[in-house]
Amino acid sequence: MSNSNLTRRGLLKTGAVAGAGVALPTIFTASSAAAYTNEPTGGSVTLGFNVPQTGPYADEGADELRAYQLAVEHLNGEGDGGMLNTFSSKALKGNGILGKKVEFVTGDTQTKSDAARASAKSMIEKDGAVMITGGSSSGVAIAVQGLCQEAGVIFMAGLTHSNDTTGKDKKANGFRHFFNAYMSGAALAPVLAARYGTDRNAYHLTADYTWGWTQEASIKAATESLGWNTVNTVKTPLAATDFSSYITPVLQTDADVLVLNHYGGNMVNSLTNAVQFGLREKQVNGRDFEIVVPLFSRLMARGAGENIKGILGSTNWHWSLTDEGTQAFVKSFGTKYGFPPSQAAHTVYCQTLLYADACERAGTFNPCGVGEALEGFEFDGLGNGKTVYRADDHQCFKDVLVVKGKDNPTSEFDLLEVVEVTPAAQVTYDPEHPMFAGGNLGTCNAG
Amino acid sequence: MDGILLQILNGLDKGSAYAMIALGLTLIFGTLGVVNFAHGALFMIGAFCAVSLQRLLGLSFETLDPTKKDFLGNPLKVKTPYIESWFGPEMGASIIDWSVPLAILFSIPIMLFVGWAMERGLIKHFYKRPHADQILVTFGLAIVMQEIIKHYYGANPIPTSAPSAFKGSLDFGVMLGFDPNVIIYPYWRLVYFAFSAAVITAVFSFLNFTTFGMVVRAGMADRETVGLLGINIDRRFTIMFGIAAAVAGLAGVMYAPINSPNYHMGMDFLVLSFVVVVVGGMGSLRGAVAAGFLLGVLESFASMNWIKDVIPGIDQIIIYLVAILILLTRPRGLMGRKGVMED
Repeated sequence: MSNSNLTRRGLLKTGAVAGAGVALPTIFTASSAAAYTNEPTGGSVTLGFNVPQTGPYADEGADELRAYQLAVEHLNGEGDGGMLNTFSSKALKGNGILGKKVEFVTGDTQTKSDAARASAKSMIEKDGAVMITGGSSSGVAIAVQGLCQEAGVIFMAGLTHSNDTTGKDKKANGFRHFFNAYMSGAALAPVLAARYGTDRNAYHLTADYTWGWTQEASIKAATESLGWNTVNTVKTPLAATDFSSYITPVLQTDADVLVLNHYGGNMVNSLTNAVQFGLREKQVNGRDFEIVVPLFSRLMARGAGENIKGILGSTNWHWSLTDEGTQAFVKSFGTKYGFPPSQAAHTVYCQTLLYADACERAGTFNPCGVGEALEGFEFDGLGNGKTVYRADDHQCFKDVLVVKGKDNPTSEFDLLEVVEVTPAAQVTYDPEHPMFAGGNLGTCNAG
Repeated sequence: MDGILLQILNGLDKGSAYAMIALGLTLIFGTLGVVNFAHGALFMIGAFCAVSLQRLLGLSFETLDPTKKDFLGNPLKVKTPYIESWFGPEMGASIIDWSVPLAILFSIPIMLFVGWAMERGLIKHFYKRPHADQILVTFGLAIVMQEIIKHYYGANPIPTSAPSAFKGSLDFGVMLGFDPNVIIYPYWRLVYFAFSAAVITAVFSFLNFTTFGMVVRAGMADRETVGLLGINIDRRFTIMFGIAAAVAGLAGVMYAPINSPNYHMGMDFLVLSFVVVVVGGMGSLRGAVAAGFLLGVLESFASMNWIKDVIPGIDQIIIYLVAILILLTRPRGLMGRKGVMED
């Protein structure tokens, strides 16, 4: 006869502990065999490209994927090498990363934070991705950056323009090459003052979410410091499609500039509606009424058609730049796909090269080593002039382009013209600037 | 005062789209008893009929211009629309310029066919199923339709211009004794309002003054009795489904120059239009039209700055707030018949 000490209470306790252990995601538990999350052990290394493949930014996501595929080709020594030939760092040899062939998996962010986290988590847990990159939304970037910090992998952000990504929501494992809303304001305001005068009355329409708020605050602060007066700031629902009822009140004020803090479909519709209501032909106190779109995207500008002609805005990069890096990238991309790359494609291509280069220089895929190699890294030859990855907040500081909708485009891609290249020094700010305050990088997590 | 007048115009304009979509939704519900969540997708397909005709008319042949270079430094490919080479540059450009109004003719047979195919191919199998099943299948169909459009046209909005003759704005203020440039309204939006009024009038006239329409109305009131008289009411209801699809499609065609069409635009209108139908009264055609314009105007008023200052965010919830109030006080909707969808 055997005696068992098993009691109902004991069974429940044991079950609960075992269940919690099983349920705990493996990415949040350090493996005793590996030094860090998803340490590559074979002859290849897997990168995770997390882009919007469905939803309103799917075209931007498709362009990002094209650029990622091109970057992988170049890293593996295929194709013409693209910006590997012009990149100031010569650590990359075209033999993969640290001698391992680069492979990739893709995820669909759907431009939804929960879906983006789920796809990133799947690529880390199931596919063994050692780095996650991509995206076309600040909300998504912040969500995925947080996940990567917890999981112990590097996150190389794609198209994210909110100050918060490298401000209050910055993370030690997250890095952003793209510029931000503050930089747009700092670059754009002097051009606006020079062209339209320093005594303008601005009326803001702002998309009601994190990016819109930081964009509005940045442009408002930058233009007010140069003498502009802000007549009103109106938040518009992200789901709005017809902006007529938000634009007609502008006619009732003494505003002579309309600032559209909108992106994507919102920007296309609000700009189209503003032009329909005759704001481009309107005169206030003897001066022409002006419209400003602080963040321009060529892919989105196509949707607004002729309405973007003459409209000022800012952009991270444009294919018409004449520097060596840009020309090499445009040639590679254009030859492979038949059209010039977008700024989204450019930033993710650069991020992939920068990550690979950091691994080579660090001699490891360990995220803490890679992060250390990226912090304070100064480079050139990637299309934006001299650039530095600032250690304090993991934000790239480089020249910012002020662009204008082209009056006489020669093709469907030739929509924007660069009117000024604002030097990096003019858009650099203190890491403790109030618009970026409240965050903490923390320490890197290797898993 | 001028601000209020402008918002009334905005409201009537928004209401035009709501009313046309809601009218089709109500026609389908009233005749076939189906809650068609794919109706917004029909509006979107209409808008893409305008896009498609614009692209068809713009089909071009390429010639190389050695004096200009493309982005890779190769000789620039210059596109010339076939239509301009056939009819001459001026006439050809003029035909392309009028592509949206021409798309009205182009879209009617397409939308009638799409409506017929939807009804015969899928929806007829769900007549005797619960409304929840109908909503699920039509919602799924809407997703399929929008993904097909996205596959062929991309996810970005596609600019679709109104004819040059309708660009610019009418200075209403001067006509009403206000200062110039105080109350201006875009010509095309006025055209859209007039067009929707014409379509709605045509649908009501068809139902009220033709034998076909009278039989349909009789069928809506008592399907069984009409069937006992030897009339094939099912066939007529199928035709009505096609007509409802055509109305939604026409609303989409003419809406294309107002906001650049994208694959998601149907979903943006669907929920609002469904609320319009419920507020107007399920099955009531007049209710759908009245509620469409009413909610359009209320939504515009709620966007006024001084109202948003008093109740922040009211512009985002006003339609639903009004719907809740009406359903609490009058469950059958503004003009709904007693007993229809009241429980």
